[in-house]
Amino acid sequence: MSGPSTSLRSEPTEPQSRHAHDTWTAALTRWVEGLVPRGQWLPDRQPVYVASWIYVFGVACLASLVVIIVSGLVLSLGGVAWWHVSTLGHFVNSVHLWSVELFFATMVIHLWGKFFMASWRGNRGLTWATGALAFFGSLGTAFTGYLIQTNFDAQWISTQAKDGLNAAGIGAWFNVMDLGQMMLWHVSLLPLVVGAIVVVHIVLVRRRGVAPPIGATEPSPPGAAAAAGAAPTESPATLATRSGVKS
Amino acid sequence: MITQFLAASQPVPAGPVVQWGWLTITVANLLVILLMVVVFVLALLLPFPAPREDEDQ
Repeated sequence: MSGPSTSLRSEPTEPQSRHAHDTWTAALTRWVEGLVPRGQWLPDRQPVYVASWIYVFGVACLASLVVIIVSGLVLSLGGVAWWHVSTLGHFVNSVHLWSVELFFATMVIHLWGKFFMASWRGNRGLTWATGALAFFGSLGTAFTGYLIQTNFDAQWISTQAKDGLNAAGIGAWFNVMDLGQMMLWHVSLLPLVVGAIVVVHIVLVRRRGVAPPIGATEPSPPGAAAAAGAAPTESPATLATRSGVKS
Repeated sequence: MITQFLAASQPVPAGPVVQWGWLTITVANLLVILLMVVVFVLALLLPFPAPREDEDQ
């Protein structure tokens, strides 16, 4: 009865060597907690240069993605032909289409802004790369979406695309004239891939902070002081937009 | 329902296109791209609204 006791709670002051004997769940918990340290996720203050419209398009793109996912879920519940025969289905389909239009427009403007800002500076190469991957993944998702409209438009696109894909040698595995397969790609596989890439992209943005304009003074990383256990300090460049824009 | 299916089965015309040399683009797509450029330039030029004074408290 008096076997070795096990502690259900992790003790933050215990030495690092004890971690080798932890369960995988405890290790996973620590990894998740360390992924974006407290103070870096949903910060309540931002550098002054964030008070610009050009910094709005990333989150506008993200908001569009949320509308896309919700409207897409409703559409998939109704089935591929629902929007042809239902007024509500037509409305939801239009919401899905226009949120995609907004998603791509805001994503491309976000891309232009970040490109001319050289946003890969300051150890942000992976942030830039995941953004590019999200863009290309979204292109594939949009393409498969056009293929499952179940109308002449979809038929035309699929019959044109099959020749190119066959010429590339992948038509046997990615058959654009197979409605069921394209449905699977569009509502399941590609959204999961794009969603995962977007999550990594946002985590990287939160960890490394938004890219400063060229020539601007970059503050210390958000939450760095809090993560180190020190009181947060504010240099002139870190003063936040929440309490007013300061030049 | 049959009427709706018939309406959905009508081909949608591609619309007018413009052509410069090797480039062919529909007017609709060209307008969207130009609108995006305008929004991009405005985002760089327009001042961002300052927070209200009472938020300083």
